Amino acid sequence: MKTVDLTEHSVRDLNQGLHDQAKTIEEPDWEVLNPSGEHNLACGLDADLKVMIKGHAGYYCAGMNQHAEVTVDGNVGPGVAENMMSGAVRVKGNASQSAGATANGGLLVIEGDAGARCGISLKGADIVVQGSVGHMSCFMAQAGRLVVCGDAGEALGDSIYETQIYVKGEVASLGADCIEKEMKPEHTQALQALLQQAGIDEDPAAFKRYGSARQLYNFKVDNVSAY
Amino acid sequence: MSSDNTRHAGLRESATFDRLTMDEIRRAAETGIYDIRGFGAKRRVPHFDDLLFLGASMSRYPLEGYRETCNTQVVLGDRFAKKPLTIDTPVTIAGMSFGALSANAKEALGRGASEVGTSTTTGDGGMTPEERGQSSKLVYQYLPSRYGMNPNDLRKADAIEVVLGQGAKPGGGGMLLGQKITDRVAHMRTLPKGVDQRSACRHPDWTGPDDLAIKIGELREITDWQVPIYAKVGATRTYYDVKLAVKAGADVVVVDGMQGGTAATQEVFIEHVGIPTLAAIPQAVQALQEMGMHRKVQLIVSGGIRNGADVAKCMALGADAVAIGTAALVALGCNHPKYDEDFRAIGSAAGFYDDYHEGRDPAGISTQDPELMQRLNPEEGGRRLANYIRVLTMEAQTLARACGKSDLRNLEPEDLVALTVESAAMARVPLAGTNWIPGDGY
Repeated sequence: MKTVDLTEHSVRDLNQGLHDQAKTIEEPDWEVLNPSGEHNLACGLDADLKVMIKGHAGYYCAGMNQHAEVTVDGNVGPGVAENMMSGAVRVKGNASQSAGATANGGLLVIEGDAGARCGISLKGADIVVQGSVGHMSCFMAQAGRLVVCGDAGEALGDSIYETQIYVKGEVASLGADCIEKEMKPEHTQALQALLQQAGIDEDPAAFKRYGSARQLYNFKVDNVSAY
Repeated sequence: MSSDNTRHAGLRESATFDRLTMDEIRRAAETGIYDIRGFGAKRRVPHFDDLLFLGASMSRYPLEGYRETCNTQVVLGDRFAKKPLTIDTPVTIAGMSFGALSANAKEALGRGASEVGTSTTTGDGGMTPEERGQSSKLVYQYLPSRYGMNPNDLRKADAIEVVLGQGAKPGGGGMLLGQKITDRVAHMRTLPKGVDQRSACRHPDWTGPDDLAIKIGELREITDWQVPIYAKVGATRTYYDVKLAVKAGADVVVVDGMQGGTAATQEVFIEHVGIPTLAAIPQAVQALQEMGMHRKVQLIVSGGIRNGADVAKCMALGADAVAIGTAALVALGCNHPKYDEDFRAIGSAAGFYDDYHEGRDPAGISTQDPELMQRLNPEEGGRRLANYIRVLTMEAQTLARACGKSDLRNLEPEDLVALTVESAAMARVPLAGTNWIPGDGY
């Protein structure tokens, strides 16, 4: 296990050390001490690494992750795992806004709550939030899945494309072109697998499914009030 | 008032409700939707044509046209990047997307730019292998939509341009209508085929300038501080925007004036939002100078640049380089008269075509139609573009030498005068024959 104490090393040192592993993985397990809310921790990883951040992280933690498993034993700032391509990111605390923004692949698990715009412009990743999400989550989300075990804030799924949203609790309101959809057996099955993968013990049958009504896909003047 | 009106004695066309205006009222009444088009602002605004150079004579010493060198090479992004971008001519190619443009057009832009040692730029929708393969210096745009954005392409780029705005539509997002979303475009943008693609106007994971500083930090961390990071703004509150971009850590600031082109947006946006390129440059330069960062953070200017005189005037006002978009497409064959019959068949005419969003471009440039796009041979297009950039560069050198300058960047505002009060005020150079700069001394 490689340990990097950020009271002794810079974020640059940490990230460069992690990036260097992409060439030849000599040390797959990393532990980061005293992150103290620093930004851009463990971003741009591109190797089968396991990184444990012991404390709170700032903006863009594990941004654009590929292949690596990053765990934050604390809270994270905006844009955790933004544009993730693959791998897994787990936040044991809460996440600020834009968690998993534009992420293309991989799995983001937030054990606490996530703020506004969780999964904004999501492009294929899976996000599982054990708590609740804030307003405008999955705004313009294109692909992938968002699972919310708690409640969802206002305008959920506004202007959504093909992302699938599952919410167990209350939805304050749905955004433009987002509707509740039938929960078919295949959806329950897929959700069960995703919850299992995320390590979260919830009954998939208790969730409702939301997605695009596909009425705003092509401009129609009759829909002008919805734009 | 149009000239043919004079043939009808006694008839007077309204300056307020002219025929174009009335046509637009009727079109709106019939369709119930605003007009969407490409291109940039078509209205007349103070521009580089309103400036003149003061060539050398007794008080200044010119350089010999064909013997004495006039440097055109520019280094971009040496503030923080380990590998700054060196371009052999200050004329670069602005960001234009694959999707808006055909793959052949993108390849042609790359070929032309590479031949003359300058950079080309990706656009909304990501990087294509053709473009990367043919572009020796490729700037990767980082846009609000993040369509096609991935860290592998980010690391392949020679520079990264964080796009905050565009001159044609500052404050607006992009638009690519469903008819241009082919299988390949849809795949690159993770969208269903045939849907209207709406690009967000704001980035999804940051808002103000303090956030931008952290975002730039992230991009630097991911690319190990190798390549320059630009910030591109549409020209509006340019003085403040440039200051904030520099404070956020940008290596290069790109300012795009209202004449800058777009693939598609509302006509009302194109014509009524933003300020002319001419008005934006002095604001940007003032901001850089006040921060002690002029020539340390490089300034790239775009929006309506057509010839070497425009390039030289931008440089004289304080730019380090320029970017061309519309002019580059015209060099490839956009709006070419040889396709006039085809343009007329779709309700336009050569020289007027701006419905890039419809995907029916007879010149094969702003289309995804497999047959139409074959009309542009990328090798031939690349040669035409290279020729054109060479001409721009030589013209700019000619003017610089005439002003006694051995480097394009030695041109200065003192070399310029203005023909109109408006252009003098905007460019902050004296009205020709006077020492009066409107706005100074009050």
